[in-house]
Amino acid sequence: MSTLERVVEALAGISHTVQKPRDGAVAIEIEASVVPQALAALRDRAGFDTNVFVTAIDRYPAEPRFTVCYSFLSTAHNDRVRVQARIPGEKPHIATITHLWPGTAYSERECYDMFGIVFDGHTGLKRLLMPQGYDHHPLRKDFPHQGIEPDRLYREWDQRRRDRSPLRSESEA
Amino acid sequence: MSTSSTGGPAAGTTRVQGSGATGARTTRTFEFAPGEVDRDDPLHGELMELNMGPQHPATHGVLRIKVVLDGEHMVEVEPDVGYLHRGKEKTCESLGWRKFFVHTDRLDYLQPLMNNCAYALALEKLAGMQVPERGQTIRVLLMELSRVMAHLIYLGTTSIDLGAVTMFFFTFSERERIYTLLDAYTGHRMNNTYIRIGGVYADVEPAVEREIRAWLDQFPKKIDEFEKMLTGNRIWFDRNRNIGTLTPEMCKAWSLTGPNLRGSGVEWDLRKKQPYSGYEHYDFEIPVGTIGDCYDRYAVRIEEMRQSVRICQQALDRLEKSRGAEFLEQDRRYVLPPKGLVHTSMEELIHQFKIVTDMALPKGEAYHAVESSKGELGFFLASDGTSHPLRCHIRAPGLMNVQAIPAIAEGRLFSDMVSIIGSLDFVMGEVDR
Amino acid sequence: MGSLKPADGHASETGFFVTQVDWVVNWGRKNSLWPMPLGLSCCGIELMAMIGPKFDIARFGAEAARFSPRQCDLMVVAGTLTWKMAEAARLIYDQMPDPKWVIAMGVCSSSGGMYDSYSVVQGVDMILPVDLYVPGCPPRPDAVIDAILKLQKKIEREKPFQLLLDGDVVGEYDSGTKRFLRAPNHGVPTTGSHEVLPPTKPGRGRS
Repeated sequence: MSTLERVVEALAGISHTVQKPRDGAVAIEIEASVVPQALAALRDRAGFDTNVFVTAIDRYPAEPRFTVCYSFLSTAHNDRVRVQARIPGEKPHIATITHLWPGTAYSERECYDMFGIVFDGHTGLKRLLMPQGYDHHPLRKDFPHQGIEPDRLYREWDQRRRDRSPLRSESEA
Repeated sequence: MSTSSTGGPAAGTTRVQGSGATGARTTRTFEFAPGEVDRDDPLHGELMELNMGPQHPATHGVLRIKVVLDGEHMVEVEPDVGYLHRGKEKTCESLGWRKFFVHTDRLDYLQPLMNNCAYALALEKLAGMQVPERGQTIRVLLMELSRVMAHLIYLGTTSIDLGAVTMFFFTFSERERIYTLLDAYTGHRMNNTYIRIGGVYADVEPAVEREIRAWLDQFPKKIDEFEKMLTGNRIWFDRNRNIGTLTPEMCKAWSLTGPNLRGSGVEWDLRKKQPYSGYEHYDFEIPVGTIGDCYDRYAVRIEEMRQSVRICQQALDRLEKSRGAEFLEQDRRYVLPPKGLVHTSMEELIHQFKIVTDMALPKGEAYHAVESSKGELGFFLASDGTSHPLRCHIRAPGLMNVQAIPAIAEGRLFSDMVSIIGSLDFVMGEVDR
Repeated sequence: MGSLKPADGHASETGFFVTQVDWVVNWGRKNSLWPMPLGLSCCGIELMAMIGPKFDIARFGAEAARFSPRQCDLMVVAGTLTWKMAEAARLIYDQMPDPKWVIAMGVCSSSGGMYDSYSVVQGVDMILPVDLYVPGCPPRPDAVIDAILKLQKKIEREKPFQLLLDGDVVGEYDSGTKRFLRAPNHGVPTTGSHEVLPPTKPGRGRS
């Protein structure tokens, strides 16, 4: 039984479309609302025991703007599957899958950090790479590469540090 | 009577309680369960929050770990990454496919050529290109040398953290020799950027091949020396055995790959399972551990270095047979023409101009993963048919390794943290990207 | 002490006694630099190679790398500094006792280098004064050793005793470019006024 047949069999009853990506991998697209059921079926019925990555693609200004990509690996069957789900750009959110694969916690946090996609049900969803308190989501296409006020958080910290320093008043008088 | 060091009430008043509680404390060391701590017992004191990093010799880079300690035991561990987040993925989107090669070196800077290869393989998959056999062989040789380099750093830094300072000098003198070889071949010690789409930048000189072979011949003896130093060493054994144990189920749930997964006894190696660059033609073995503790992961890496030497020797044999053959696919859509031709041929000049300014890749998505020294290093590329990617996601094995720290560290002694961090083996350049 | 020769030009400006003290203090400082290896990324590996067996920085008296900033006087910023890490780097710099020197190793810490991106500090001189910049990505260990030798020459020219008499020591800070232009010329440590911080007087300081 080929990988695609196994995947399609596992997803019986869940609407999906089979994609034909450039690298010849098995890839399917599903509705964002059925992500937990579909992925649970892939794990339990098709034997995909390892998550490889969770990421997103920003297709700004097209709508639906974000594509959330999941990639899974089956160590028993030695094959992979990619799953995609599209979500709109306005208040993007999708259900978490950390209860199925605990290893997706950081990937989802990174996705939230970089794209602002909220993963419903994720315990401890906060920024992973950028500092807490950062205003923007850098990997969105409408965010410039050089950033917007990249030093703001540091300057604020620096000001607090200098305000606290008792040595300042002496030398600045 | 050293109970006053636990903090809490003043030393004078705790003496009586202390003598009673000393026994309790000793037993608790062996029967520790975070949920059962009696918070009202004054000797348990309050929990202490300890900040490890981002500038710390044992975190191997700028990793920060927040640890909540109850005495010597870690109750809660929370890694904080991102101190080396340089925005690689955004950089790829704004630089374009070709110029991003330079940036892949700096991902996992212990093995720059491995990252080059992973990116090149993903690009070739997207472009639908083939690599000539000699180019593949040179890549295998470079990838295996990179693996040895990365494992040497793992050995040196982990053992310096666990008290074996001499190992640092042993491993670094070997690393210096590989540096010299790469310097002779590529012209730079590290961050070589020598892999191109369709092959490698230049052929290996016979003299360099001879030097590499000479180094390979003496290196197994050096590994024996390392093992003499560590494998039977009581301190090394005690600080690694039964510490940071990972079951195969945990590894799969936490997306761990590479030596960490193999240390737990799962025979999973992309070089065997999903071969690339002609790895299926090489004769080598996959070492696996038994129980998946820090010691097993160490043993797996030591054996991997020996296997890498075997692969390198076979690659050199193949290089000798295919001397003079093409090492770079001459596909003028993606591969720069030789510089001499650019000066004389109009057509080649146009090709060069097209590639440098606007090298578009076909529309579509591709993912390719290689077995790096840390695990599965993959590039997920999404192209909209232009010269700049729609998305370039780097699947970093190090991030998953960092993620697994709390799962195996919580409830252990704080001094085990150093072994756990060392044996999981990650590089912050790759974790933070 | 017949072999002690004051540096050229010193004797004409100040008294012979002061210059000799300067010379002795500088001689001691330059030959026992204790580096604080702030190994951030790739350059950190070359820094390790520099301390390692082949290049052996011990030949120049700077092998005592300490990871506690309290014990160091030479900060080697090796690698890419991000804004998230900048707070920690500045804190480490503040914790180092005076006199202290800074080497920016590699293009990333010198100018941001190839990372013109939203998270990277465009040169470590945006947050602290730098004495020497070493280009390269990463620079070879020989280049960093050369930088340490140049730093020794720079230390030779400093006038610690005279600065004790003169008073204030600050680096020069340009609020327009938000960069430190000049590293401080170190005097004998005193309390208070010698702390290296950008001046905040009107017209000169940060807005």
